[in-house]
Amino acid sequence: MKIWAIMLRILRQFRRDKRTLALIFIAPLVVLTLMHLVFNGKDYEPNLGIVQIPAPLVTSLEKQGATIFTYEDKERADQALDERKIDAIITQSGNGLDVKLEGSEPTVNKSVLMLLQKVSRELQPDVNGAADKMNVSYLHGSEDMTSIDQFGPILIGFFVFFFVFLIAGVSFLRERTTGTLERLLSTPIKRWELVVGYVGGFGIFTVFQALLISWFCIQVLGILMAGSFAFVLLLTLLLSMTALTLGTLLSAFANNELQMIQFIPLIIVPQLFLSGLFPLETLPEWLQQLKIVMPLTYGTEALSEVMIRGKGWDTIAGNIFVLIGFSLVFMLLNVLALRKHRKI
Amino acid sequence: MSHNESVIQATHVGKRFGKKMVLNDISLEVRPAETFGLLGPSGSGKTTLVKLLTGIDTVSSGEVRIFGTVMPKLSMLRQIGYMAQSDALYTELSALENLEFFAALYGMKGPRRKIRIREVMEIVALGDDLHKRVDQYSGGMKRRLSLAIALLHEPPLLVLDEPTVGIDPLLRQSIWSELKALNAKGTTILMTTHVMDEAEKCDRLGMIRNGALLAADTPSALISQAGKQTIEEAFIYYGGGES
Repeated sequence: MKIWAIMLRILRQFRRDKRTLALIFIAPLVVLTLMHLVFNGKDYEPNLGIVQIPAPLVTSLEKQGATIFTYEDKERADQALDERKIDAIITQSGNGLDVKLEGSEPTVNKSVLMLLQKVSRELQPDVNGAADKMNVSYLHGSEDMTSIDQFGPILIGFFVFFFVFLIAGVSFLRERTTGTLERLLSTPIKRWELVVGYVGGFGIFTVFQALLISWFCIQVLGILMAGSFAFVLLLTLLLSMTALTLGTLLSAFANNELQMIQFIPLIIVPQLFLSGLFPLETLPEWLQQLKIVMPLTYGTEALSEVMIRGKGWDTIAGNIFVLIGFSLVFMLLNVLALRKHRKI
Repeated sequence: MSHNESVIQATHVGKRFGKKMVLNDISLEVRPAETFGLLGPSGSGKTTLVKLLTGIDTVSSGEVRIFGTVMPKLSMLRQIGYMAQSDALYTELSALENLEFFAALYGMKGPRRKIRIREVMEIVALGDDLHKRVDQYSGGMKRRLSLAIALLHEPPLLVLDEPTVGIDPLLRQSIWSELKALNAKGTTILMTTHVMDEAEKCDRLGMIRNGALLAADTPSALISQAGKQTIEEAFIYYGGGES
């Protein structure tokens, strides 16, 4: 009887908490769908730039699924490669092929090389070790580049975002549940002062967090680092600012810590999937478009540009402004959300 | 501020949450340097009324004026020392750190802040526990610290929501004498209570039940007009007679 009483109580509590209920049933479906799309995507078909390649080779490259871009000279091809319009440049040299890979994504490199091997086996079935005739070079990274080098920037961005989001969100939520928010709002503090104070206080911690994490990943773990440390620092800092402002904003829509944690599968996990951890090109178009509204993707994208491709301000400036924009918008919305607790 | 002007003036104040009418047409006046008590059972709308009177929440109808200014107004919040029903304290911090934080929000600094912190902690008899973390405080101590914070910036109007819950009788008596001393210095006090004998200590009393103000007068006048012996009996009388 007592056990039944407890069971009944739990069922009743769940019925009252529709959100938790939805989370239990709906969230796994959402996450699993995402995973399905990510892992069951089509095989990646590389974009190849060619400079003066005999026609039969081009035909068989296309037959293997490659998209071919033809360039008149090497300079233009190089530029396209740098802009990541193509994954590799193929030119002929003597009796073999010169392959210059973009290099920053090991999975893409692999698919380019595999495709080329298939093609050359097809064209010269009698010659063994056709791959030997391939002369492979890399624009970024090298054949030594491992997955952690590729994922490092993404994971740095993700964990900074995740932890700051949760901690800032829960602590702002606590202000409300312990009544200190009401007490604060009974003093002549302005709502924006409260929000800016929060960002400032946590901001100091996030500066140290950004420093520590960036330093640890690059110096201790030895993750590939081609660009400037200052940019990495700036980007991690801006990412945590965005996470901080988003966390405090969303805490207004949670009634307790559990409901704050429920935002993880809704807000955090989808961002991780689209942050570049998996090749986006194989995902459906509509899903790729979602990343426009996801702060994390702007951060990880810029971090990858700096750490793997050694890019500087010109490349990441856009992403930096977007991150600042996100933070400002979230702060503004938070000031408005606080109207719920005090109109003035 | 002229002396005959009322400190709080509520005219036909109503408050609804969605469709539910929580407060209905309440008009009352709190005069300078008096202790005005709001007496009513829990759920009667006392806390809601207090939030309207202090400008934390806005009225659905009617008007609230504090020192002649229509509420809510941010600058008037400086005139009010508010003690909420729940102890809104940062339990990870020490009492001193809590006091310093709220002092800063009221723009207090330097030696004045230091002196005031000492003074208010003496008033609530927590002078020796200044450096203790609040999570080591008992319930009554937390209540007293909340009161100390409300007193901190020497507001001309004190609004106390159930200030003496969980405080032992001896200390309650000394807090009451402090409140009376504040009255004597010109501070106006508005407090809520559901304890009948405590209500008798107020200069004037508003009886509130189901969101309506039943009566407002001095405790003795309320008792004699009802032809009863105690506040409790008078409350039942004004509330419509059923017990």
